[in-house]
Amino acid sequence: MSDTTLVSAPPAKASSPARSALADIWRQFRAHRGGVVGLAVFVFIVAAVYIGPFIHRVAPNAINIRDKNQWPSMAHPFGTDNLGKDMLAQVLAGGKTSLAVGFTAMLLALFLGTLVGVLSGYSRRLDGPLMRLTDLFLALPLLPLLLVILLLFRDTLRAAFGPETGIFILIVFVIGVTSWMHTARIVRGDVLAVKSQEFILAAKSSGMREYRIIWRHILPNVLSSIMVSATLGIASAIITESALSFLGLGFPSDFPTWGRLLFDGANFLQLTPSRVLWPGLAISLTVLSVNYVGDAIRDALDPRSLKR
Amino acid sequence: MQLKDITKGNGSMKKLKLLLVGTAAALALAGSAAQAARGTDGDLKILFWQAVSTMNPYLSGGTKEVYASSMVIEPLARYDEKGELVPMLVTEIPTVENGGVSKDLLSMTWKLKPDLKWSDGTTFTADDAIFTWQYCKAPDGGCAQAAYYEGVKSVEAPDPHTVKITFTEPKPYPYSAFVGAQSPIIQKKQFEKCVGAAAPGCTSANFGPIGTGPFMVKEFKPNDVITFTANPNYRDAAKPAFATATLKGGGDAASAARAVLETGEYDYAWNMQVEPEVLATMLKAGKGKLETAFGTQVERININHFNPDPKLGDKRATKEGGPHPALSDPAVRRALSLAIDRDVIVETGYGAAGRPTCNIVPAPAAVASTKNDSWCLKQDIEGANKLLDDAGWKKGSDGIRAKNGVKLSFLYQTSTNSVRQATQELVKDMWSQIGVATELRNISASVYFGGDPASPDTFQKFFADIEMLTNNFDGTDPEKYLAGWLCDKIPSPANGWQGENEVRYCNPDYDKKVAELSKTADPDKRAALSKELNDMLTEEGALIPLIHRGSVSSRSLTLEGVRMNGWDSELWNVADWSRKK
Repeated sequence: MSDTTLVSAPPAKASSPARSALADIWRQFRAHRGGVVGLAVFVFIVAAVYIGPFIHRVAPNAINIRDKNQWPSMAHPFGTDNLGKDMLAQVLAGGKTSLAVGFTAMLLALFLGTLVGVLSGYSRRLDGPLMRLTDLFLALPLLPLLLVILLLFRDTLRAAFGPETGIFILIVFVIGVTSWMHTARIVRGDVLAVKSQEFILAAKSSGMREYRIIWRHILPNVLSSIMVSATLGIASAIITESALSFLGLGFPSDFPTWGRLLFDGANFLQLTPSRVLWPGLAISLTVLSVNYVGDAIRDALDPRSLKR
Repeated sequence: MQLKDITKGNGSMKKLKLLLVGTAAALALAGSAAQAARGTDGDLKILFWQAVSTMNPYLSGGTKEVYASSMVIEPLARYDEKGELVPMLVTEIPTVENGGVSKDLLSMTWKLKPDLKWSDGTTFTADDAIFTWQYCKAPDGGCAQAAYYEGVKSVEAPDPHTVKITFTEPKPYPYSAFVGAQSPIIQKKQFEKCVGAAAPGCTSANFGPIGTGPFMVKEFKPNDVITFTANPNYRDAAKPAFATATLKGGGDAASAARAVLETGEYDYAWNMQVEPEVLATMLKAGKGKLETAFGTQVERININHFNPDPKLGDKRATKEGGPHPALSDPAVRRALSLAIDRDVIVETGYGAAGRPTCNIVPAPAAVASTKNDSWCLKQDIEGANKLLDDAGWKKGSDGIRAKNGVKLSFLYQTSTNSVRQATQELVKDMWSQIGVATELRNISASVYFGGDPASPDTFQKFFADIEMLTNNFDGTDPEKYLAGWLCDKIPSPANGWQGENEVRYCNPDYDKKVAELSKTADPDKRAALSKELNDMLTEEGALIPLIHRGSVSSRSLTLEGVRMNGWDSELWNVADWSRKK
């Protein structure tokens, strides 16, 4: 391990300092082995999910009762489920939904969390009310809240966007709105630490506008913790979505997502283990790779590491 | 132990009688070789994956509580596995023929067996039956089984061994109070101070009722485990064969099945709601087998006859909202039924626990119709397509049929349960073959069956086009059940969305026939009328019966004497269970 670091480190140091910031970040990123592998795996999963259905042309919802509970074969590389649906097609289709939900919900949570965190960390006046709001959201019991939101908005959204898009918007919104609090707290703490440093004082005394101080000086310095919570956010969003589907609050039951496939397959572990293996592997690999990528990005964005 | 009690408490005459009874029992038992004497077979281990919370069935309508308590307290008569009444604490079943039921159908008389004893040694009398009725009808008592005492005007004891029940109006089918596991007799002495509002507070009585059954409660841990010991005063001196019994609660259906079928840790496990192929894998271990009993449960698809469009606001799914734009057409309802292949649904979701059916009253055999089996049990996609073509529903460019701007696109809801979701997907696939689009929705069972009038997702409100659920009727007489589809049983805001007619079916002819049934006493005529009513519902497409569901339990191969019962408690004959030698 230490050998590899030594080998990869010198060329990074030797490159010319005149390169652009983006190239600098990329160079730093490449130095992180786990990050590179994670990125490769992640790109592969995304590519498979979006390009795969054009190669494996089996409809995920095609029922063929005669081929039920099959082990992997040429026709069904991941086997089939108890209704004879092709598992590979289902995992690919499920990935599209799970990734979309994970990313969108994460972005929403990240945006809200960062906004609240930066505002309450930077402005002393807003700090109290915003942090109490955060406490309030943390104390809200998630499930009853979800039930109420679903009851109130389901029919309206269904009428406006159709059953699948409507539920997608609802679920992304619900997950995003109920998972920004940890990001907000972490960001606030970081902002408080950065705010008290001399360069902020210098920027203030030079007459810089507040929003520019936040944008130019504070945000880049807290980016690393935002990145980490973002990667964790994707994972928890995918898992929350599967829990919702399991309770019957999520997508319609014939609409595959990774979490749903995993839950549905649990009883069949002895009979057709591949029903649990592939969706489970897909979830873990996605979460793991995104975590590594986040790790690498944090290292690459860290101003201290850029100075090296 | 038993002999000591007799010499202490009773006169010589009684002693002699009991000795005689004992001898008779011993002689009867000599025929069956397996059983030896009471308490020689050790511990009986039973697993209920939904844990038992009380031993008093009058305070909980749950099946698990009713079943567990049936080991301890008994009704006067109960149903056997064929759905026939067998006397338990009485000498015979009263009928009009033997004079037990009065000619005007206004009263019935039960004759108690002589010398019955509670497990504490005291004598069982008709007073205990009277008390049980008073206990259940007491205001503020929240009796869960009040329906069993409906129409009972009074319960009297002309003598200590006779129970006379008088009804408020003629009852053609009087076997309800004190019949079946849901209305057992409790001891007056023990529950005397627990009537009305005091009932839930009597913890020791509710957790350890004194009974006449083969076992008595030794220790009760709510929602966990119950231990029983054999009742020393049980009327059959040779039974039960087991000295103790343990009823363990908790876990899930799959792990309970595993504990009996695969590892053999338990002798008996109740309610195996597991996919058939999963059970088949477990059965390969060769430790146990499945027991199935068919009662009256039918999984059905309800068709909304009113319009559930959300745009109607408060009027949705009510009479004011108008008839359903597509489903009010009988051709559409018939086509939906024709397109379903019930065999495939049984094969994927139910296995031995289900049979295809086209009747809402599938059993007992005497009242089960076979009239519609010819056209309805068989999938007929072509016929369904033709029916829709003829009715003017034309396929559009998207493959979905439409007429006058109304699309055959339905929202199909049910509770969250893997078997139900699989059925939904299969039905959706079948309907897509006749140009009907389906949107699936599943709702948490606690909400769907919760009956909360504030929730839009209950099966009574039926804010969907199609819904699926199971229902059944208790006992063997379907009159009350069939009366559920009367016009005035339609759920609406006016009655707080209560009422059994969820499909909103309304047919004056049907109402007339139900009224006729309630006045008919002759069993054959009753059966004929019940069949007619059942056929009306199927033929007119009020709903689509799918699967006649059985209850499935698993038992160890070393356990003998289990007679799986779909009409009463599964543990109804636990006194006869024994260990294979």
